[in-house]
Amino acid sequence: MSIAWYLAVSAIVFCTGAFGVMTRRNPLVVLLCLELMLNGANLSLIAFSRMWGNGDGQILAIIVMTVAACEVCIGLGMIVAIHRRRLPIDVDELRELQG
Amino acid sequence: MSSLLFFMAATGVIAGAIGVVTLSNPFYSVLALVGHLLSLAVLFLLLRAEFVAAAQVVVYAGAVMVLYVFVVAYVGDEEQALDGGLTRRPRARSADGRKLSGALFAGALLVELLIALLGSGLKAVEGAGAPYAPGPRTFGTPAYIGNLLLTRFLLVFEAASLMLLIAAVGGVVLARRRGGLDEEEDDRDRLTPLDILRPRGTGTMVEGVEGLALAHARGAGDLQEDNHSRAGGHAAGHTQRAHDTQASGGGW
Repeated sequence: MSIAWYLAVSAIVFCTGAFGVMTRRNPLVVLLCLELMLNGANLSLIAFSRMWGNGDGQILAIIVMTVAACEVCIGLGMIVAIHRRRLPIDVDELRELQG
Repeated sequence: MSSLLFFMAATGVIAGAIGVVTLSNPFYSVLALVGHLLSLAVLFLLLRAEFVAAAQVVVYAGAVMVLYVFVVAYVGDEEQALDGGLTRRPRARSADGRKLSGALFAGALLVELLIALLGSGLKAVEGAGAPYAPGPRTFGTPAYIGNLLLTRFLLVFEAASLMLLIAAVGGVVLARRRGGLDEEEDDRDRLTPLDILRPRGTGTMVEGVEGLALAHARGAGDLQEDNHSRAGGHAAGHTQRAHDTQASGGGW
């Protein structure tokens, strides 16, 4: 299979994740869609790494996975804190920062 | 054989992604993401990224998804409960508009990305990649990745480990039961034995500022008040505090 097929799949996954981030209201699902976008980027990184026969893209993909794990940790901690304060779990209702 | 495997895995990847976005129950979304990640690991294997595929399955589909499942089980799905009631109709209309504009934006982004990736005129994109010969230390094996991580990318590796530590501490601080974001549990009115056993005139800060007699008159009053509220109204105070938290609807 040529590299172009992998790049097409990564573009489709990225756009699906972007659609989910813009339309869903549950912050848990927004985080999941963010993971989808990061995975699309990872797939294109690894495809380009294969294209050049060079390992730098794979290292970058591993670092992206680390950043995603950190983001999940902080995001889920925030969701648990929101739940503890009995605020609605809804990104439309959480608008105190708008001023 | 490899193209058959590619089409099966790519179908799984895209179906999993669409499932994450469209399923209404967050628990099913997490399960769809697990399927998506497993199919994506197959694509990584086809691209000769063996170590990244293994890390994807173990770290992502294993650990991170377990964390998600725990939080979904703890928080529950309040989305259906929020949709019911009086605000159903305007909320549904705004959801339709948001879905339409989101779909338009995502479609435009997809066209743009496909033009940028495939219409760039790069000849190497059409090929199957660099020449590859299997071996114990070739491209993508754990030995290759470990060698790169500990020599050329050592600084990145250490920065990533430090970032993981900071994120772990931040997660604990955000999600712990008391303190952190909650300001209601206050340490100031907690009694210690020293408050009762300490003799007069031992040079505390309060005595220095307010004088001996005034400080001790105030301190005795505080002590009596504290004891009274602790003995009599603890349960009442607790329910009052919970009621305040619910009624204010959030002050952060």
